[in-house]
Amino acid sequence: MEIVISIAIGVMASAGVWLVLRPRTFQVLIGLALLSYAVNLFIFSVGSLFVAREPIARPGVAADLVNYTDPLPQSLVLTAIVIGFATTALFLVVLLALRGLSGGDHVDGQEEHP
Amino acid sequence: MRALTEHLPNHLLVAPVLLPLATAALMLLLGEGRRGLKAMFNVLSTALGLAIAVYLLLSVAQRGAPAAFGVYLPGNWPVPFGIVLVADRLSALMAVLTGCVGLAALLFALARWQHAGVYFHVLFQLQLMGLYGAFLTADLFNLFVFFEVLLAASYGLLLHGGGGERVRAGLHYIAINLVASLLFLIGVAVLYGVTGTLNMADIAQKLPAVPASDRGLLHAGAAILAIAFLAKAGLWPLNFWLPQAYAAASAPAAAVFAILTKVGVYAVLRLWTLCFPADAGASAGFGGGVLVWGGIVTLAFGACGMLASQQLARLAGYSVIASSGTLVATIGFAAPALSGGALFYLASSTLAGCAMFLLVELLERARQVEVGPQQIDDGHHALPAFLDAEPPAGTNLDDNEEALTGRAIPAALVFLGVSFTVCAMVTAGLPPLSGFVAKLAMLSALLDLQAPAAWALFGLLILSGLCAAIALMRVGMRHFWTTQDRPSPRLRVIETLPIAALLAAAVTLVLQGDAMLTYARATAKSLQAPGLYIDAVMGARPRPRDAGSRP
Repeated sequence: MEIVISIAIGVMASAGVWLVLRPRTFQVLIGLALLSYAVNLFIFSVGSLFVAREPIARPGVAADLVNYTDPLPQSLVLTAIVIGFATTALFLVVLLALRGLSGGDHVDGQEEHP
Repeated sequence: MRALTEHLPNHLLVAPVLLPLATAALMLLLGEGRRGLKAMFNVLSTALGLAIAVYLLLSVAQRGAPAAFGVYLPGNWPVPFGIVLVADRLSALMAVLTGCVGLAALLFALARWQHAGVYFHVLFQLQLMGLYGAFLTADLFNLFVFFEVLLAASYGLLLHGGGGERVRAGLHYIAINLVASLLFLIGVAVLYGVTGTLNMADIAQKLPAVPASDRGLLHAGAAILAIAFLAKAGLWPLNFWLPQAYAAASAPAAAVFAILTKVGVYAVLRLWTLCFPADAGASAGFGGGVLVWGGIVTLAFGACGMLASQQLARLAGYSVIASSGTLVATIGFAAPALSGGALFYLASSTLAGCAMFLLVELLERARQVEVGPQQIDDGHHALPAFLDAEPPAGTNLDDNEEALTGRAIPAALVFLGVSFTVCAMVTAGLPPLSGFVAKLAMLSALLDLQAPAAWALFGLLILSGLCAAIALMRVGMRHFWTTQDRPSPRLRVIETLPIAALLAAAVTLVLQGDAMLTYARATAKSLQAPGLYIDAVMGARPRPRDAGSRP
């Protein structure tokens, strides 16, 4: 499972980096979204990767990492998702504003002159 | 009631965060209009925040050197698990600077800029909340959250006023900061994976025990985290966004941004001194060389940029870069005497930077009287339609042609000239003002270090002062000398007041130089002994849950 998660993170991060470096605003936006997915998965994986283990304590089961998965990374991911979503939405608004003001979708507001 | 007065000083530690939050929420409820009421709330809240910060500073400074920490547990959870707020000398100093800069920018904005957009006051309060929170928190993930709060507010403030130039600079600024935030998250996650905790003191405590097999991972995580902070601090080569963004921002927003780069510097200073002190075993001084040389290159870049820039606002942006380069370089030496001077420099350069950004607009306005009103930031759609537009300049100015040898100098020009000179002297570090005292303290500490990097920084500090002096003098000549019969600009008292107050604060730094330097040196000394901080945080106990004493 570690391999699958690592490949998923790697593919999303590399695609995200490539897109962020593109000159079109929408590509940058999608790149940022992909990067944030990769980072969220990464945070999720620093706890411990287990199948079918809960983060919430049940009565009668000793509260340690043998019986449960680490709850803290999950709450961190939740916070990071919310913040990332909000800032990406803000970026989208600015993107549209720039498009309206400049009439193009280049990140610098004007096409490069070769 | 007795319990309340007894515990109030302790609870005041969380007030700088809660007060702006509550004010922002209240102002949101007020809706879009009612600017006068909102402005009053905003000024009251900001002034109260400054007063609380000053109180925190005084109460920390009063205590003896070893135990100068106020620790507060907002959720009353035991220490490594819950969030902790800590006010030590450094945090208190930064909080006071935040209050000063915030109040000055706000007063300046009351004249014109508050009318240029809808949610200015709300965004402003949230910006202050993020700043105070980032300076007071002692939890790594909480630091991330406050960083996001202050960044989200700064996006809004940067775009305040609208226009193509701002939107373009804002897009770059947001993209860069989003990527930096992602790096921040990766760094936090790696540190959590290695140490199993997010409390800064607990991380520092557990670092020496990290097994050698995890040491590489730990260093990678710390380096990624540092990149996020240094991008915000404006370290070369992560700072190409800065001059453009700061020049595009409206004057009050840019004035607040003068302290945003210092947040990155603060985070590096706090975490680096805490995690990698000289006695940290295999990790001792990790990355110190990068900080030193990165800071030196940044200082050189900032000095060259100041010389090269034509626009005054860009010049101010480069002076911010130069000051954060100086600070980052001095952090990397890990020498208490040097850090003491650097902290004094931090206070002085923040105040001067803020005043400079406010002055930029007034000077540009003075020029516009001559060249026409549409020149601010390359202005396609730049100047917003102010609700209380001033009467066109130049209408009542030709009536005092005198037959004497010269013309009387108008008061507005005198004010601009004097405050620009004072500001330039502080920025360039000329005697007798605070920039000079700070540079002198740093230079004399550098002489004792006897390292090649120290000599490089020594020479560059003097050279960058010269560059700044040349660049600012050129601007001063262009604005005040070469134009004989320029009509006087129209200034309002509310616009001149914050600039005068900021510069008066910089002068006070000199007059109280001894006390300030003592404070800065004590701060540096306690930063170099992270055991004190760790003991203070880890020794904090949650309050027992008996009914009587809970306020």
